[in-house]
Amino acid sequence: MKKPTVELRLPIIPNMELIATQTAEVIARHMNLTEDQSAEISMALIEACINAFEHSKADNNVFINFLIEDDSLIIKVIDQGLGFDKTKVEIPKIENKIGKDERKRGWGLHLIQELMDSVEFESNSDGTTVTMKKNIKQ
Amino acid sequence: MNTFIKSTKEANQIVIIETDGYLNNEGGEAISAICYEKMKLGQKKFLINMAGTKVVNSIGVSIIIEIIEKLQEVTGKIGYYNLAPIVSKTFNIMGLTKYSTVFNSEEEALSNL
Repeated sequence: MKKPTVELRLPIIPNMELIATQTAEVIARHMNLTEDQSAEISMALIEACINAFEHSKADNNVFINFLIEDDSLIIKVIDQGLGFDKTKVEIPKIENKIGKDERKRGWGLHLIQELMDSVEFESNSDGTTVTMKKNIKQ
Repeated sequence: MNTFIKSTKEANQIVIIETDGYLNNEGGEAISAICYEKMKLGQKKFLINMAGTKVVNSIGVSIIIEIIEKLQEVTGKIGYYNLAPIVSKTFNIMGLTKYSTVFNSEEEALSNL
């Protein structure tokens, strides 16, 4: 039987990521995830959406697919931006940011990886797909 | 005043800022505007009551890192209380707790900041 999916298309408008988190909260309740798991998914989703918005052109959309599995929730955040080279993204450290000229931002990918059980990135000049997975803990 | 800032007050020479809503870039800038204005008047200690803020993003939190940096220049301090678990976890992941303090209550914060 085909697994249930939920699909969103978000315009590049400030705070549209909150629509994605509201959807994630409903799905998390449906899957009986804990409040902590739900909050971690929402936070990771916010960061993935913000990255997608920043990489995209204003007239693009960002697509979010929620795949409800028996033992996990898989979320794909898909943008049509310029793409990026994951190997060139360093893990941020606050020690390198405070009192230094380094910009204070750049935490999104690190937060996503810390909050989700697995994360995969596929990126090229046509866009980026971030696939994030949260396992159901019984 | 930005609607993100619910109130500001002062106690024990500490400025207490109560927030309400999403800590994004606008929320972060609203906090920093108050901090920088008060720092010009000589204030060096700030507390943020985040009871009304259940959702944050890294851009808003990065602005708090900028505030921490500015406070270091004047030997100031910043702390937080009433954090939702995910906000506390985010602050930990980003390392804010190495340079500022999360308190369990306003009373604890006023005594220990």
